[in-house]
Amino acid sequence: MPHDDPDHPHSVLPPEPALRVKALETVLARRGLVDPAALDEIIDTYQNRIGPQIGASVVARAWCEPDFKAALLADATPVLAEMGHYGRQGEHVVVVENTPDRHNMVVCTLCSCYPWPLLGIPPGWYKSDAYRARAVREPRRVLADFGVALPKGTSIRVWDSTAEVRYLVLPMRPPGSDGLDAGALAALVTRDSMIGTGLPSAPEAT
Amino acid sequence: MTRVHDMGGRFGDGPVIPEGEGAPVFAEDWHARALAVTLAAGALGQWNIDMSRHARETLSPGDYARFSYYEKWISALADLLVRQGVLTLDELRGGDASDPHPLADRRLGAEAVARVLASGGPADRPADAPPAFAPGQTVRTVRPAGNRMVDGGHTRLPSYAGGARGRILRVHGHHVLPDSNAHGLGEAPQPLYAVVFAASELWAMPEHPDDEVVLDLWQSYLEPE
Repeated sequence: MPHDDPDHPHSVLPPEPALRVKALETVLARRGLVDPAALDEIIDTYQNRIGPQIGASVVARAWCEPDFKAALLADATPVLAEMGHYGRQGEHVVVVENTPDRHNMVVCTLCSCYPWPLLGIPPGWYKSDAYRARAVREPRRVLADFGVALPKGTSIRVWDSTAEVRYLVLPMRPPGSDGLDAGALAALVTRDSMIGTGLPSAPEAT
Repeated sequence: MTRVHDMGGRFGDGPVIPEGEGAPVFAEDWHARALAVTLAAGALGQWNIDMSRHARETLSPGDYARFSYYEKWISALADLLVRQGVLTLDELRGGDASDPHPLADRRLGAEAVARVLASGGPADRPADAPPAFAPGQTVRTVRPAGNRMVDGGHTRLPSYAGGARGRILRVHGHHVLPDSNAHGLGEAPQPLYAVVFAASELWAMPEHPDDEVVLDLWQSYLEPE
């Protein structure tokens, strides 16, 4: 049974989480404070429209167009806004480039900050205690959990998203992808490669 | 001076379990609903993003550790609705109130969702003074890490980075100060910097001598070195 805790009013709601959400939605909708149709619209936006395919198209374009890449690395926010990739949790974006000498990896140790307009809603592991706790202290062991091993000479820069600046990793273009157009390249760009816990897929041998 | 959410560097959490790239965005339907209710309620304009984060951080340590991600969201939302006076405890319980709420005219309609999500809420503000630090300059973070205005209040300097020597990497401009904004004390914008720290400055046994950690830190979190 829920208990009353004056410091934590949530304790008056049903403890089972699905029921807790339902109870809150019901109360708010009955008082005219939320519109169930608006909830459907928000869910549809992040389930079906805004996701890592957007970031992948940005990365593929950066691989193909040196001027675009330079502009993106210099000041990403206006470049992305011009393409329509702006909005909640993506108001200030910095793009960081992986090189043979430096690998970049993004975390939010204090909560779950993530570039929504480019990657959508973060995956469960990004929000997990294990990732939040370990990514800053032992990024190489975390990468090993993803099956990624970096060369000894590559240093890692971990970006802890402590403010409203959101970071996107520009991964290295995979070898053997020379003849591919931006569409085919985008298909190689994984979500994890834009967070820094993965690498882009290798092009299929033809 | 720390709270349970401040877990960067902590030992003992076990492996990270990756999900496939094609895993569903929301593992359960109620996860989607929890996110949507939180965003829609936020659109009523009765709190800001810093208050919202602080509400999750002030869940009891037991609840914070026990709750799944979206349980934290929905529970913190219930707490915020009462703390900010939107609902009474009785109304939250599902009491008999069914008359339109005074804030009902601020309800986020389905037709406004795309516009509201696409316009976001930028945190930068016009500069009222030049930044005190420049890229390349060495600085040290304050220690202990903690809110200097409200005891136990919201701050974005993680405890693992308190008292550490770093170097200014980028100047992001003036941004709203969470330590103030989370407590209704005003936006109090300050210069925000990306500050880079050698891993050896933060950890007793860093994995690699050249590894680094970058944090975005407000000017009042930093002292000249």
